[in-house]
Amino acid sequence: MRSSVIIFPGSNCDRDMDVALKKFGFKNQMVWHNDQSIPKSDLIVLPGGFSYGDYLRCGSIASKSKIIKSVIDFANSGGLVLGICNGFQILTETGLLNGILQQNKFLNFICSNVYVKVKDKQNKYFKDLKKDVLELHIAHNEGNYFCSDDELKSLEDNNQIAVTYCGIDGTENETTNPNGAIKNIAGIFNKNKNVLGMMPHPERMIDKYLSGEDGSLFFKNILDNFK
Amino acid sequence: MEVTEAVAIDHGLKKEEFSKICELLKRTPNLTELAIFSAMWNEHCSYKSSRKHLKKMHTKGKQVIQGPGENAGVIDIGDDDAIVFKIESHNHPSFIEPYQGAATGVGGIMRDVFTMGARPIANLNSIHFGSPQHKKTRNLLRGVVKGIGGYGNCIGVPTIAGQTTFDESYNGNILVNAMTLGLVNKNKIFYSKAAGLDKPVIYVGSKTGRDGIHGASMASATFDDKIEEKKPTVQVGDPFTEKLLLEACLELMADNSIIAIQDMGAAGLTSSSIEMASKGNLGIELNLSEVPCREEKMTPYEIMLSESQERMLIVLEKGKEEHAKKIFDKWNLDFAVIGKTTDTKKIELIFDNKKVAEIPINLLAENAPIYDRPWKKTKLPQKLKFDKDEFKSLKLSDCLKKILSNSNISDKKWIWDQYDHTVMGDTIQKPGGDAGVVRVHGTNKAVAASVDSSALYCFSHPLTGGKQIVSESYRNLISVGAKPIAITNCLNFGNPEKEKNMGEFVECVEGITEASKYLDFPVVSGNVSFYNETKDKGIKPTPTIGGVGLISDYQKMLTMDFKTEGNLVYVIGKTDGHLDQSIFARELLNEKKGPPPTVNLFNEKNIGETVLDLSRKNLIVSCHDVSLGGILTALSKMCIKGKKGIKINSLKGLTNKYEYFFGEDQARYIVEIPKASLNKVNDILNKYSVHFDELGTVNGQSIVYKDDINLPIEELADAHKYWLKKYMDS
Repeated sequence: MRSSVIIFPGSNCDRDMDVALKKFGFKNQMVWHNDQSIPKSDLIVLPGGFSYGDYLRCGSIASKSKIIKSVIDFANSGGLVLGICNGFQILTETGLLNGILQQNKFLNFICSNVYVKVKDKQNKYFKDLKKDVLELHIAHNEGNYFCSDDELKSLEDNNQIAVTYCGIDGTENETTNPNGAIKNIAGIFNKNKNVLGMMPHPERMIDKYLSGEDGSLFFKNILDNFK
Repeated sequence: MEVTEAVAIDHGLKKEEFSKICELLKRTPNLTELAIFSAMWNEHCSYKSSRKHLKKMHTKGKQVIQGPGENAGVIDIGDDDAIVFKIESHNHPSFIEPYQGAATGVGGIMRDVFTMGARPIANLNSIHFGSPQHKKTRNLLRGVVKGIGGYGNCIGVPTIAGQTTFDESYNGNILVNAMTLGLVNKNKIFYSKAAGLDKPVIYVGSKTGRDGIHGASMASATFDDKIEEKKPTVQVGDPFTEKLLLEACLELMADNSIIAIQDMGAAGLTSSSIEMASKGNLGIELNLSEVPCREEKMTPYEIMLSESQERMLIVLEKGKEEHAKKIFDKWNLDFAVIGKTTDTKKIELIFDNKKVAEIPINLLAENAPIYDRPWKKTKLPQKLKFDKDEFKSLKLSDCLKKILSNSNISDKKWIWDQYDHTVMGDTIQKPGGDAGVVRVHGTNKAVAASVDSSALYCFSHPLTGGKQIVSESYRNLISVGAKPIAITNCLNFGNPEKEKNMGEFVECVEGITEASKYLDFPVVSGNVSFYNETKDKGIKPTPTIGGVGLISDYQKMLTMDFKTEGNLVYVIGKTDGHLDQSIFARELLNEKKGPPPTVNLFNEKNIGETVLDLSRKNLIVSCHDVSLGGILTALSKMCIKGKKGIKINSLKGLTNKYEYFFGEDQARYIVEIPKASLNKVNDILNKYSVHFDELGTVNGQSIVYKDDINLPIEELADAHKYWLKKYMDS
């Protein structure tokens, strides 16, 4: 499976993503934000970081960068687009995903392990995933997902909520919500479920010496579903 | 403006220093020249009070590639890999403006490291605040933590360990010390020594603004009531630009275009250009009209003194200008040829086609004043005679809970949750352990690092305190299974013009030197911060040691959490029960006198090597050094982290259980031993002839000791984990 990771000025999880993708067998290449086009890919990843410093709303300048048109075309033609953390913020700014990511409820940056519940498996990311609850890792200041009532209803009606923050046993409530996100939302799909944006970083959880290994399941599952 | 003695004094120079300048120049300097002298001759840049003593430090070792004197120290970790590291203070600016002060402290130290060609792989910090009751403490802490996080998180370098303490002596002078480690190929290290004539001098990075003017002089003075007025001397950080600068510099460093490179830190363009020329024994000519400026009508004076962040000065190979410019254009950074190297051995500044300054470089560097300041020795205080009958009214379990929730012992998760500690995907020991550990990317090796200081010990007896902090750093690295290699130090002290403060400095340095020599743990970089004093009240002497060690196989790394029920727990090293200067004496007896625990360097080394041997042979499964709060505090942390209890044996021949459990004797480790390894462990302990106590067995969910203690781990965790969060929320 061929993948492309887009590097924006200020991206800082691009190498981590490259390492993770290659570890599980993706043929990955790095693409510079000023490039006109993206090489032939089966998956495009927008990595975490602080694109353009995030000095305006997070992700907003990146959403106007040169490469983004190709990303949008690719998504509209059904290609898989994955945005992690800052990548998720960029996807909401482009309009490929609904809603916005506000500052965390307690106004602090949070770096911590979290559990997320996989809410939908009828898609190319989570289909046949063995687990329902994954232990992943978050590191963000603006991960507090918010959208209008109408948008939320539509997300729920179309099963577009991908993952939600929960406890180790899958319970979702205020105490298992690290950043105040509406309905504990940690990640969402677009309508066709080919575009996924999520705050947690699977690429930081890929071997047992790190904070955990559940990120491995995520990457392997994408590959398995592609075959 | 006419330059007079009064103007010179306004610039932080002493009367005698101004006469010396006039004498050396054989004329009165103009204002720009005076500014350059004041920047180069202040304490921060010239080390004029400390240099004499720093020379005695132990700085050489088998693995040392570069000792003090460069942007950072460099050590060899095998296979062509080298680690570049340094710690630096940003105390004065952080007190005035905590967010920007701390942020630019982190930015500055990272630049020191990547200037040498290394990619930063880990950050650490040691931060010290006034009493929790002091009205400024909470906001300063919040601001500093946000500043450190705001900068490090954005760049994408994990913050892997740190230290936070509270003491009333920091009420008017907080300390913010930031440390960075970088990884470099040892054949591709870049230095600041210029070489060759007529080579282009290049300015890259951010534009120059009026921020930070006089920053270095501000850091060389004490504070008074008008401290708020100094806000404009604090620089403003832009981590995004630094990230771009980092990537652009590393890209340019991939080939052979750079002759010398130096970041513009304290005293900005002045110090960086003079240092490069001085090291290369050359002259340098700068055309200040070419310097990219952020603000209009900046004068040569302002351009030379600006401490705008995220800027670098490079001496380039001739003909490589276009190639280099292309890289900086790609990263959207300013690039300007602003001068050249010359054979005049002078710094010559041109502005609007006129020469505005001309000073022989040796007057600024080698001829800078050096002071042999008078100092006073601190006597070793008398050992206290505690009334042990008084202890009996104290319940051991109550004492333990009180100590675990002490501001200096309690868990600092509230802080490190705000630092990205996992980015780069190689953090295998997070903050909260004895040391942070990151893998050397793509290898089996890992690097461990820790920051340590013990102001109470150093205040009580600086010589012992100096030895103790080096030993503590050594132990922290060994506790995670790393072989200690070298240290960097940040020497935070009061006013060197006072004999007592100067004495504290001299004797702490002596202690550090003695210990680092004995333990073969050389100092490779560092920084001195004097004048941490407000309205005549100085801080307790707070030298901070940043230690770095190597784990050759990261799978053998140790953590402190208890692993398996039934495993045996030993204390390696002898416990005499030294309570003077302990947390126990302070918190429960309100006793602040007495000497710090004795440091026996033979034992430190021998016991350290014993534990390292055990860990390399995979005979122990967890390890924690015993320090502040003694055995019971250390055990509690191992229990809380492992979510497992311990049954402590009835200890034979114990003189006094309070002394045993809370004494802060040095050179001790607690280790967890699987039963199957026991015979081998005993053999090794006997071989090294080290003292050990069979402390107990990992068992259940409580700490149990005879009828004295029966505390569920959850109760301990509650005492330990929430003090800081509650404090910050209140």
